Amino acid sequence: MIQRTPYADAFTYAIMVIGFLLLLGPFLVVLAGASQTMPQVNAVPFSFLPQGEFMKNASAAWARADLGTAMTNSLIMAALVTAGKVALSACTAFAIVFFRTPLKHVFFWSVFITLMLPLEVRVVPTYAVAADLFQPIKSILGFFGLEIGIEWNLLNSYAGLTLPLIATATGTFLYRQFFMTLPDELAEAARMDGSGSVRFFFDMLLPLSRTNMLALTTIMFVYGWNQYLWPLLMVTDPSYKTLMMSLLALLPSDNGIPDWNVTLAGSLIIMAPPVIVVAVLQRWFVRGLVSSEK
Amino acid sequence: MEKRAVFKSWWLPVLFALPQLVLILLFFYWPVAAVVNWAFTLEPPFGGAAEFVGFANFKEALSDPFYWNSVVVSLIFATVGPFFCIFIGLTLALAVDRQLPGSGFFRFFYILPFAIAGPAAGMAFRFILSPERGLAASINALSPDLWNPAKYGSHALALVIIIFIWKWSGYTFIFLLAGLQSVPRALGEAAAMDGAGPFRRAIDVQVPLLAPTLFFLLVTMMTEGFVGADTFGIVHSVTGGGPNHGTEVMVYRIVDEAFQGLNYSGASAQSIILIGLIMVFTFIQFRFIEKRVHYK
Repeated sequence: MIQRTPYADAFTYAIMVIGFLLLLGPFLVVLAGASQTMPQVNAVPFSFLPQGEFMKNASAAWARADLGTAMTNSLIMAALVTAGKVALSACTAFAIVFFRTPLKHVFFWSVFITLMLPLEVRVVPTYAVAADLFQPIKSILGFFGLEIGIEWNLLNSYAGLTLPLIATATGTFLYRQFFMTLPDELAEAARMDGSGSVRFFFDMLLPLSRTNMLALTTIMFVYGWNQYLWPLLMVTDPSYKTLMMSLLALLPSDNGIPDWNVTLAGSLIIMAPPVIVVAVLQRWFVRGLVSSEK
Repeated sequence: MEKRAVFKSWWLPVLFALPQLVLILLFFYWPVAAVVNWAFTLEPPFGGAAEFVGFANFKEALSDPFYWNSVVVSLIFATVGPFFCIFIGLTLALAVDRQLPGSGFFRFFYILPFAIAGPAAGMAFRFILSPERGLAASINALSPDLWNPAKYGSHALALVIIIFIWKWSGYTFIFLLAGLQSVPRALGEAAAMDGAGPFRRAIDVQVPLLAPTLFFLLVTMMTEGFVGADTFGIVHSVTGGGPNHGTEVMVYRIVDEAFQGLNYSGASAQSIILIGLIMVFTFIQFRFIEKRVHYK
């Protein structure tokens, strides 16, 4: 506290409270609406008071959009994407930082350029690759007049849901950043003690990277859980549906009964897991965000 | 920065980098090569090999008024959205950074909206700002259709931008707060000694020192607004590009044209233009990061 400033303090609190209402208000509306009956949720003006209908609405939503299957799929997808990203980016960063090879620049820049290629602009051919993983090889061979008869279709599978999303520049840079801060003596000492690079990676680097991994895990879980476009395109079999795809199925039908209480209860179920992760692991989440963007 | 103590092996680094490189080749570079190929070729309507057509696909895309409509919509989305995200994030960060008792409580909550997927937030806001129910219905009670995103394109665009702002304000808040905390306290104290009150200190000391972070956020948020996953997700789940193309942002138009219109060549030409745009943004950002100011 530098000086006593009662008016400025009051103003600061007012700003913080307004910010709180603006950013948290939508949550409160969803919470209240999800626990009301249909006439209550459609009342104008809307009442922020929660009622006791949440369980009933939630189970109606659960049945309407088959959220059980979707929840399992979303969990599997988010877990696989997170694990894949945390593991593969560590390996790539290790190759970039700890080896004396001209290839490291190739590795770095090929990862970097992916930042400029969001899924939305390459969506059709990515879909084509997922439909047949050997399509690139076939096209190249086809150029030389060769044909092969193998095909590996990833559509409607967990591999297809996750593999195209696993490559990560953010994760690679986060590890790279961290590896660069380690003192050179660490690798020297390991070498003096007779440890090879592989052993150094598994026995020293990975244990040291624990906080880094936790930060990356939290941001990537949220990323994986919130994927929308990719599952929407490649999943046609309902048994592979994810929660994000179920959102539109939760809407009341256009000319039907406006049971928004059920829709809101369903949306709440879909929103809850990443919010809980960010709330509980906020320190790591923030660290991951801030340090990966440098 | 180079490491001195490095391991010498040519095949181990390749082995370590390979898994991710294979995924990148398969799902990034190959598809982009295909996009480039499609952008300059056209498949004959009755089958057969694709023909090279030069810049015809680009000319066709650029002569379509709906394309320019999507450019304008994207421009509005990617300037208004980031402006408010940064303004709200900055205001809240300046308030929280005064470290009054209880500000930790607020800081905890401000980041939570960022955890929610754009489409899920969209679903909530379809209710909250619906013309018939929720919070905005009271406005329509004054006079019908004062607010109706289902009918007016401008209202729908405002709606999707509000959702974007709601989700991303917490993100800018985090970066600006981190930036403020790295400004040495002594600067603020010195200004206070010279008689500057909290507002003057905020405007004349803290905000100018935040310039690098503000610029970084401006570029990041604009990129996010043009091509971010949330931009597509929010538009797709809330308005579907309508009403009357009023919310058809560039990414939505590309995906829609490819999968609904099956016009791969047209969509690819638009993709190339968008990739060019991202490259410009990334370049600007990188040029600036090189010169990034550090306070300590």
